[in-house]
Amino acid sequence: MAVDASFRNEMTEIAPRVSEWKRFYKVFFSRGIVMFGLVIIVLFIFVAIFARQLAPYGPNDIDMNATLQNPTAAHWLGTDALGRDTLSRIIYGTRVSLEIGLIVVGIGTVIGMALGTIAGYFGGWVYTIIMRSIDALMCFPMIILVLLIASMLGPGMRNLIIALTVGLMPGYARLMCGQVLTVKQEDYILAARSLGSSNTRIIMRHIVMNCLPPLIVQITMMLGATILAEAGMSFLGIGIQQPTATWGGMITNGRQYLTNHPVLSLAPGLALMLVVFASNIVGDGLRDALDPRLRGQI
Amino acid sequence: MVAFIIRRLVQSLVVLVIIMTVVFIAVRLLPGDPIRMYVTANTQAGYTEEEIALVRHEVGLDKPLYLQYVDWVKGIFRGDLGRSILRKEPVTKEIFRRLPVTAYVCGLAFVFGIMVGVPLGIITAVRRGKWVDTLLTLFAYIGITIPVFWLGLLLMYLFGVYLKWLPVMGFTSPFTNFWLSTRQLVMPVICLAFFSIAATARQTRSSLLEVMRQDYIRTAYSKGLRERVVIWRHALKNSLIPIVTLVGLGIPMIIGGNVLVETVFNLPGIGVLLYNAVLNEDYPYVQGIVLIISAVILLSNFAVELTYGWLDPRIRYD
Repeated sequence: MAVDASFRNEMTEIAPRVSEWKRFYKVFFSRGIVMFGLVIIVLFIFVAIFARQLAPYGPNDIDMNATLQNPTAAHWLGTDALGRDTLSRIIYGTRVSLEIGLIVVGIGTVIGMALGTIAGYFGGWVYTIIMRSIDALMCFPMIILVLLIASMLGPGMRNLIIALTVGLMPGYARLMCGQVLTVKQEDYILAARSLGSSNTRIIMRHIVMNCLPPLIVQITMMLGATILAEAGMSFLGIGIQQPTATWGGMITNGRQYLTNHPVLSLAPGLALMLVVFASNIVGDGLRDALDPRLRGQI
Repeated sequence: MVAFIIRRLVQSLVVLVIIMTVVFIAVRLLPGDPIRMYVTANTQAGYTEEEIALVRHEVGLDKPLYLQYVDWVKGIFRGDLGRSILRKEPVTKEIFRRLPVTAYVCGLAFVFGIMVGVPLGIITAVRRGKWVDTLLTLFAYIGITIPVFWLGLLLMYLFGVYLKWLPVMGFTSPFTNFWLSTRQLVMPVICLAFFSIAATARQTRSSLLEVMRQDYIRTAYSKGLRERVVIWRHALKNSLIPIVTLVGLGIPMIIGGNVLVETVFNLPGIGVLLYNAVLNEDYPYVQGIVLIISAVILLSNFAVELTYGWLDPRIRYD
């Protein structure tokens, strides 16, 4: 043991080795703005989980005696045309937004990663077919693609999730494919292969693991983009139907009362913007912390 | 060069054909029936099954899929994109009546995105770390995250309802009343350009900062050149490729955002037309508009690729 300790000391003197995790931790948590974004995301997740406990009213509690009120002590953000409490609806809307965001990002990441990895790893005609289809999907505005698919499939949360996943997945596939093409050339892949590892093992243990950092960044940023696209669809009245409380739906409903009750549509939009803003900031922070090239020069 | 252009054009055409075929089949295979929509939209309710079949026969939706496709492709060569199922009028007429509005708004937003975004990016890069940089970087952050439809409502409330500086919504052709038209378009164009401005500024900043680290910039400074010359002549020119790429990628974003902006500001463009067509499952409209949008985007991607060679003579097309 004593030998070990002295040996370690010696090593420290030669080259103080900081663990990757520590370095990541230092860069990621040292920036105020990134922390701000992280706090906002955690806060919204908290609100989504405890919506029932936090909301002063139910999302669809109709009170015909208190319609279209401006902010009061009883209704902090006022009420809509049916007397539903705006704050409570925003709180329940958080749940829908985050739920859809997380599900879509989850499914989209898995499918996109799989397609990108297969295309990049096997190359040849597999690559051509997969990546040309991805290119065709990507040259289309995401909003229009989602609009087309969601409206063709019909209303409902499940169909909206399918549509958003198709709109989101190409980005992952392209990113993953690029990553795999680089990692594939590394010596340790050759080493793994010469040791007799199967394709599955090489892909799962070596390639995917080494492609993760940029993917994590993408996942964070895409959470914001998905929530934004979902709100856009709800705003257009496609996907999740009224009376479910969604931020996009609330913005649409509030539009006609913009003159006298701007809070109705501006407040849910602010919540939406905060979440997207935060997810982008955290994504940026993650990229700076994970990409060694950028370290220490922010 | 010529060989490259031809090859790329053919490739783009192939992609376009694939997209259109997929869209053509997808709208027909997915659930939803335009004939039912047509029947419910018509006031004479109570169509019998035979009458519904007759309507279906009139629009040609009872034919086998491949025959419908052949008819449609034949039509394209004659410049005919079919007739609207709901309104019974030629699709091309309405699309080309509305296309100028969309092209005008999107074009303005595109130009503003570059004209404002690039200078902002230069300022933030040159004044890196100063308060201008912090402020504009925050602004750019907000710009890429703000929901475009919400920004529209915010502007509408602020400038239209509260300050009463601008008309709340509507569209007038610039040829009938230029002043009114411009006043009406200020908000939609700002709304649509906001994302491009922010994204372009961010890209310009980071790619300019990358170039400013190069030796030839130090040389240029040490030669005693004025900062303006160093930035515009030496640095910017060498940092343009990523900026052009981003600006090219921004075109689909503008066209996509345009659907929402047209809805918010009630502009008579093809975005609203597409939205209504999608809701009514009016296939010919959906196909026609998707065809035009895809063609524009493929052409703009092609233009971006050609610009690379002009920006960097080392890039050869062969």
